Amino acid sequence: MATEEASEGLVFHPMDQFKVEPLFGGDAIHWYTPTNATLWMGLTVVAIFLLLVLGSRGRAVIPTRVQSIAELAYGFVYKMVEDVAGKDGLKYFPYIMTLFMFILFANFLGLLPMAFTTTSHVAVTVVLALAVFIGVTVLGFVKNGASFLGLFWVTSAPLAIRPVLAVIEIISYFVRPVSHSIRLAGNMTAGHAVIKVFAAFAGAAILSPLAILGVAAMYGLEILVSFIQAYVFTILTCVYLKDALHPHH
Amino acid sequence: MATNANEAAHGAADAAHAAETGGMPQIDFATFPNQIFWLVVTIVVIYLILSRVALPRIGSVLAERQGTITNDIAAAEELKLKAQEAEAAYNQALADARVEAQKIIAEAKAEIQIGLDEATAKADAEIAAKAAESEKKIGEVRAGALEAVTEVAKDTAAEIIGMLDQKADAAVVSEAVNARLKG
Repeated sequence: MATEEASEGLVFHPMDQFKVEPLFGGDAIHWYTPTNATLWMGLTVVAIFLLLVLGSRGRAVIPTRVQSIAELAYGFVYKMVEDVAGKDGLKYFPYIMTLFMFILFANFLGLLPMAFTTTSHVAVTVVLALAVFIGVTVLGFVKNGASFLGLFWVTSAPLAIRPVLAVIEIISYFVRPVSHSIRLAGNMTAGHAVIKVFAAFAGAAILSPLAILGVAAMYGLEILVSFIQAYVFTILTCVYLKDALHPHH
Repeated sequence: MATNANEAAHGAADAAHAAETGGMPQIDFATFPNQIFWLVVTIVVIYLILSRVALPRIGSVLAERQGTITNDIAAAEELKLKAQEAEAAYNQALADARVEAQKIIAEAKAEIQIGLDEATAKADAEIAAKAAESEKKIGEVRAGALEAVTEVAKDTAAEIIGMLDQKADAAVVSEAVNARLKG
């Protein structure tokens, strides 16, 4: 009896939080249907607007708290682009800043209880990564022409092993969008699922202190992961951009 | 034991749940067009907000701040130079004042010396004059005393003669006294 109750209390649906559902009832999800994904993407827009636009509306030389956070974010990404992709990469700073802010806020907002994490979905991260991949590849050919292919021809290596290296380089180049997108979605999914599992254990009286401790610890870790994954995605974008702008090793 | 049983139950429940929902929501391709559409909308909106409003504004604020800081540092440098100049001028003024003061002290000393010398000389002269005068007075007094002695002697002589019931001739008496005094 007791075990039955316990097992009923401990229903595990750690993946339910990732379900995409229509916001206003109905079953069918058409491409235009407003869903919970739409809602939480919209909230990232609102959050970014509040931070970067409303926060900086004072244009104060001595910044307010919110403005200094906005400036911090700006400086952080700006310096990253400048350091990694070089001065000529700064032209693409607004797009990279867009990526960073979207991923960062999607990750953080996804940590709110009952929230939906848009970046835990492969559909989202693959589009982001593919956009970077295609954009960077096109940019590489536009900027450097055929010499962009020099990226795969490692001139610093002995001639004999260059063809082998070229094959490896090409494979690694095409794996980039996969790793780029799965890394983000995987991290977000795994962390949230683990939190959910811990939370479900909290239903059992004996385990609940441990489970709640686990939730708290995982939550702290997830805050870190949320930032790190946004950072990693952005810095990899910068690295790819650098390869497109300066393909020669 | 209990946890093992629980886990087994969960595993079964999960499997059933997963079967009914069709596995991970992440690989439910039916929702992909929807997510991709809204993602593109979101990214475009964020991009427009950032590139049109937020980033130019924050960039200009940062540039403005940099300018302000540079200007302030330049102004501070200028003020520092001014302060150094002022300090030099102050030191110069101090040195000048010291020299001036020394000069004034020397002058005053010289003046006082002159005055002192003059006063000393005057006092000496006065003392000398007073001494001469005193000497003269002493001489006069001495002379006066002699005369008085003569007078008293004459008077005394006349009186004595009168007491002796003799008619004393003034001229004779005076002559006799004078003769005595000289003698």
